[in-house]
Amino acid sequence: MTAKTLFDKIWEAHLVTEVKEGPCVLYIDRHLIHEVTSPQAFAGLEKRGLGVFRPRKIFATADHNVPTKDQHLPIREELSRNQVAKLTENCQYHGISLFGLNHPYHGIVHVIGPELGITQPGMTIVCGDSHTSTHGAFGCLAFGIGTSEVEMVLATQCIMQQRPKTMRITIDGKLNKGVTSKDIILYIISQLSASGGTGYFVEYTGSTIRDLSMEARMTICNMSIEMGARGGLIAPDEITYDYLKDREFAPGGKDFEKALEFWKSLKTDSEANFDRRHFFNAEEIEPMITYGTNPGMGIRVNGRIPLLKHIPEENKESFSNALKYMGLKPGMKMKGKKIDYVFVGSCTNGRIEDLRLFADYVKGRKKAGDVTVWIVPGSKRVENQARKEGLYEILEQAGFDLRQPGCSACLAMNEDKVPAGKYAVSTSNRNFEGRQGPGARTFLASPLMAAAASITGVITAPGDLL
Amino acid sequence: MVKEKFTTLVSTCIPLRIDNIDTDQIIPARFLKATSREGYGNNLFRDWRFSSENVLNRDFVLNNPDFKGRILVVGKNFGCGSSREHAAWAIFDYGFRVVVSSFFADIFKNNALNIGLLPVQVSPSFLTKIFNQIAEDHKIQLKIELNAQEIMILKTGERESFEINQYKKNCLLNGFDDIDYLLNIKEKIIEFENRKQYIWLK
Ligand code: SF4
Repeated sequence: MTAKTLFDKIWEAHLVTEVKEGPCVLYIDRHLIHEVTSPQAFAGLEKRGLGVFRPRKIFATADHNVPTKDQHLPIREELSRNQVAKLTENCQYHGISLFGLNHPYHGIVHVIGPELGITQPGMTIVCGDSHTSTHGAFGCLAFGIGTSEVEMVLATQCIMQQRPKTMRITIDGKLNKGVTSKDIILYIISQLSASGGTGYFVEYTGSTIRDLSMEARMTICNMSIEMGARGGLIAPDEITYDYLKDREFAPGGKDFEKALEFWKSLKTDSEANFDRRHFFNAEEIEPMITYGTNPGMGIRVNGRIPLLKHIPEENKESFSNALKYMGLKPGMKMKGKKIDYVFVGSCTNGRIEDLRLFADYVKGRKKAGDVTVWIVPGSKRVENQARKEGLYEILEQAGFDLRQPGCSACLAMNEDKVPAGKYAVSTSNRNFEGRQGPGARTFLASPLMAAAASITGVITAPGDLL
Repeated sequence: MVKEKFTTLVSTCIPLRIDNIDTDQIIPARFLKATSREGYGNNLFRDWRFSSENVLNRDFVLNNPDFKGRILVVGKNFGCGSSREHAAWAIFDYGFRVVVSSFFADIFKNNALNIGLLPVQVSPSFLTKIFNQIAEDHKIQLKIELNAQEIMILKTGERESFEINQYKKNCLLNGFDDIDYLLNIKEKIIEFENRKQYIWLK
C-alpha cells in the first residue's frame, strides 16, 4: 500500500466517482448554510422542480447580515429582514435545522459548527463561505463553496471538485510570550503571500501546533484561505477528542468509543508525499500586524513597513496602492500609530478563549477615551459563557461596547461599519479595501494586540504594557 | 446555473491593470442583501466607480465611455477572498463573458465556470502584451475560441492557448452544468451512501 496523507485518505473515502478528464464527485457529510449565499440556491432548486436531497445533513444559521444589538426585536433594515425571513422559510419548508437569532445555539456558522459537535474528524464539510476552512482544525476536509455549489449539495449531497495539491506546513518549537495562534498564521501568510497557497490543501503539523488548544488551531485553519489555499487541516489528537466529548451533535456513549477508534486512524502516513513543504520555527514569530490591504502584507509589530526598493518589481504597484489607501508611508513604524476603532470578534477570534485573553489583559485598566471598541462574541454560547465567567463585568468596567453574536464588522454588511478613513485594529481575517466599511482602514492583529491598542489608543506591542 | 452556451467571442476589452483584485472590490458585502441572482452588475466595482460620497469617479475605466466590451482584462490573483458567487454574477450581469488574467483564485474560477463566465488564464508576458496593446489602441479586439482553447489579439495575430478542464469545457460548449450531471448519477450516490460504515456519518 502506498503511503497517504490525511487529506488523501479523507478525499478518497468520499469519492463517489471520477469524471473522465474532469472533476471528482465528492460526497458531503455536513452542509452549513446561512442567509446570504443560500437564497439563490433554494430558488434554483425550485426552478428545477427539485427538493433537498438530505435535509438532516444540513444546518443553518443567520449570521452575516444580522444586527448585533436588540436581537429580540424585528430586524429594522428591510433587505436584511427579508434575507433572514427567506432563510427561515426555506429551512421550515425543507425540514432543515435552523439556529436563528435568539436560538440558544445561534452564532457565526464556523463558531457553532465546532461548538455543537457538528464538525467531526474525517468528515467532508462545505458552506457557502470561504472561512469554512476553520473546521479543518478537527481533521476534516472543510472548504468554502459558491452558491451554484450550494445548490448542487442541496440537490444531491455531492459536489464536483478538482483534486487540489497538498502542502505541509510544519511549525516546531515554543512560542514567545505574547504570541498567539493569530500571529502564527499572519506570519505564515506574510512569508508565503496572499496567493502562495492557491491550488493547495494545507496540513499543519509540528510540536507548536500540537501544543495549541482546539480554538487556537481553528484560528490557524480559518485563515488558510487568506494565502489562497483551498483549506487547511490538522490531524485530530487527544485535544480534539476531549473537545468533542459530550457536545450536542457529536457521537455519544458507545458510538463515541467507536468514533474514537476511527478518529485515531486519521493521520498522515510517515512516508507520505506532499507536493510542497514549508518549515517554520516558533521562536522566530513575534506579535504581528498588517499594514496593507491583503492579509499577506503583515510585519512584526516592532518592525517597519518595508521600503519600496525591497518590494519585488511585480508587486511594487499594488504595494504603493495599498499604502496610499491606508494613508501610510514606506519605512514607517507601526507602533504608536493612532487608531480609532477596535473590533474583537469574527470566526477567526470571536471564541471564548479570545474573550478571556482580551479581558484578562484589560482587567483593571481603562479604555482609551477616543477609541470605539466593539466586542462581538462568535455565538450565543460564547456570550453566555463570558457572562458566567464575569468577563462582561470586567469589560463593561473598562468601558467597552458589548454586542450580540454575528459576523458584524468582519464584513460590515450590517450597521457595524468603520467610517471612511478611520483606522481599526481588528481580530478578523481580512483587511481588503472597504471590507469593514467603505474607505475603512484595517490592521489585522491578535486579541492581545487589540487589547493593548484599546487601552493606549495607538498600535502597541502587547508586551509593552505587561 | 449556466445561462448560455459559449463557443467563440470576439470583442473589445476593458482593462483593469491591478493585481490581487479581491471579491470585496468586485462587489462590496453591503450589496449582497438581495435574494435573487440578478442586478448585481449595477454595483460591480462599486467603490471604485463611485467615491464614498457617491460621486462618479470619472477616472475609473468602467466610467470611461471610450472603453466598452465583453472581455475584462485584469492583473494577477484575480477574485481572491470570499467565496461569494455574487462576484461572478456581478461581472456576468454587467455584460462580461470572459475574464483574462495571468492567475485566478480557486473559488472564483470555480464559481465563474459554474455560471458560464469563462476565466482565461494566460502567461504573465501575454497579459502584459494585451495591456500594452490596449494602452496603445483601446479599440483592439481579442478573439477567444473555446473549442480550440485559444486566445488571439486580432490586430497583431499574436495568440496563446489556454488550459481548461475538458469536462468544464463541454459544460460551457453545451450549456449544461454540474447539477445536470449529478442528477444523472443519483443511483450511484445512493449506492455510495449505503456503503458508508459509520452511523454518525450516515
Ligand atoms: S465572521 Fe467574517 S469571515 Fe467569519 S463567516 Fe462571518 S463574515 Fe465570514
